[in-house]
Amino acid sequence: MLQQVNRRQRKLALFTLAPAMAVFGAFWLLPFTRLVAMGTELDRASGMSAYFAILTQRQYLVSLGTTLGISLAVSALAVLIAGVAGFFLARHSFPGKAVLVAILTFPLAFPGVVVGFLVIMLGGRQGALAQFSMWLLDERWMFAYSLSGLFVGYLYFSIPRVITTVMAACETLDRSLEEAARSLGAGSWRVTRDVIIPGIAPALLSTAAICFATSMGAFGTAFTLGTRMSIMPLTIYGEFTNYANFAMAAALSVVLGVITWLALSLARKLAGTSLGAPA
Amino acid sequence: MNRLRFYLQLGFTLWVCLFMIVPVIMSVMAGLTTNYFVGLESGLTLRWVQEVWALYADTIWLSIRLALACLCFTVLLGVPAAYGLLRSKRRWANAMEEALLLPVAIPGLATALALLLAYGHMRGFRESWLFILIGHVLFTLPFMIRPVLAVMRGARLAELEEAAASLGAGFRQRFLGVVVPNCVGGILAGALMVVTLSIGEFNITWMLHTPLNKTLPVGLADSYASMRLEIGSAYTLLFLAMTLPLLVVIQWAGRVANRSRTP
Repeated sequence: MLQQVNRRQRKLALFTLAPAMAVFGAFWLLPFTRLVAMGTELDRASGMSAYFAILTQRQYLVSLGTTLGISLAVSALAVLIAGVAGFFLARHSFPGKAVLVAILTFPLAFPGVVVGFLVIMLGGRQGALAQFSMWLLDERWMFAYSLSGLFVGYLYFSIPRVITTVMAACETLDRSLEEAARSLGAGSWRVTRDVIIPGIAPALLSTAAICFATSMGAFGTAFTLGTRMSIMPLTIYGEFTNYANFAMAAALSVVLGVITWLALSLARKLAGTSLGAPA
Repeated sequence: MNRLRFYLQLGFTLWVCLFMIVPVIMSVMAGLTTNYFVGLESGLTLRWVQEVWALYADTIWLSIRLALACLCFTVLLGVPAAYGLLRSKRRWANAMEEALLLPVAIPGLATALALLLAYGHMRGFRESWLFILIGHVLFTLPFMIRPVLAVMRGARLAELEEAAASLGAGFRQRFLGVVVPNCVGGILAGALMVVTLSIGEFNITWMLHTPLNKTLPVGLADSYASMRLEIGSAYTLLFLAMTLPLLVVIQWAGRVANRSRTP
């Protein structure tokens, strides 16, 4: 009897899941499987299998390396900066705090293109830095249309992600551990190093992984700041639109996809939930 | 010593806030000044906003239409799917949730390329706005399923459904009369997220758009690349005016939900 009910339930579950799975299968799984297969075809420039060409052609290795490097650096710096600020905000209450929290978290939903434009507002030809340096030295300082601009943009969309995670993690910390450490004579630096950081370490790592994955695939920001940089999303875009090198674009997309998927899986394993809202 | 540390940390946090807010303020100001080169002395104007409206109004309408259509699809697909995940064996459910998450976990550019290479040859489909809609639905579906599933797990659906079934309610009646009303909160939370994400989606959309089907973010990228700074800024201003209210509601709803969870 119970088994029958169970079987009916499974059938119902299958029935209610079917539409979503059908859409997913037809428009994501099938196309992506084809993309994976397409990556084995011959690269137009070198005439070898595109996956193999990524490993042997310098320009793709440089692009992959630069993207990995900048994404790792941004994640580390964002965790450092937003970790300090987030911890401060979680532990103190003072008038105006809500405003600061709002300022630090709303940009979470800015699309990558808008973040790119905000970098132009800071470091473009008429940006804040250029105006300041014109006033000071009569020189025009710019950084927007380069890897530094990209770095600033990635940092911009990473900080809100880390802030929200750190603030949530601090609320679950057991304050009595800190008091115990303090009563045993530990200074505030030792409490931070030995109690607080280990306590929120999973959250920090998880949010770093999300920042890393987001930076790896941040097409919008890179596209706004200039299409000539050697960065994975732009390399893929260039191979596809400028050279019609479909095999190479497919292979690079698959490699990029595997990297971001691994990073986000790590993040989910560490933190349980978190979808990692995209940029 | 403690006070000094407090002020040091406060100062640092304020610097971070400045980094986040200054470019936004500059952008808003640039969208409202007559000539950004000259500065505020040139006066404030709505001229750029009007110009953006004349140039790009259709992108705004398309984005709204897309977001609403995307919302319909994610509700129709996502709410039953969440129920199915709730009723499946744990391992199965995890695997399927993981699969549905793939379009979020993988850069939008890759998803868009896959779609283009698989269906790009179907001219009518490729050139219609439905092609973009597919990308948006794939990308936003997990954001509908996740909160709905969370609410379903919290509500005592099994008992409620059993009660309804013992009174003779069929599956359809149970689903529409018991399950859906019990997860309205989750649907609303998901809906806000879906609409916000759809309006701001660029990474998939850029590859899928056609000259006749430009969404708001596609128009933004276009204006950043080819229009004067004031127009790009005014356009960004319009975009922020559209999405910030949604964000405020999302944050507010999240806080209310948190409070009701831990009284």
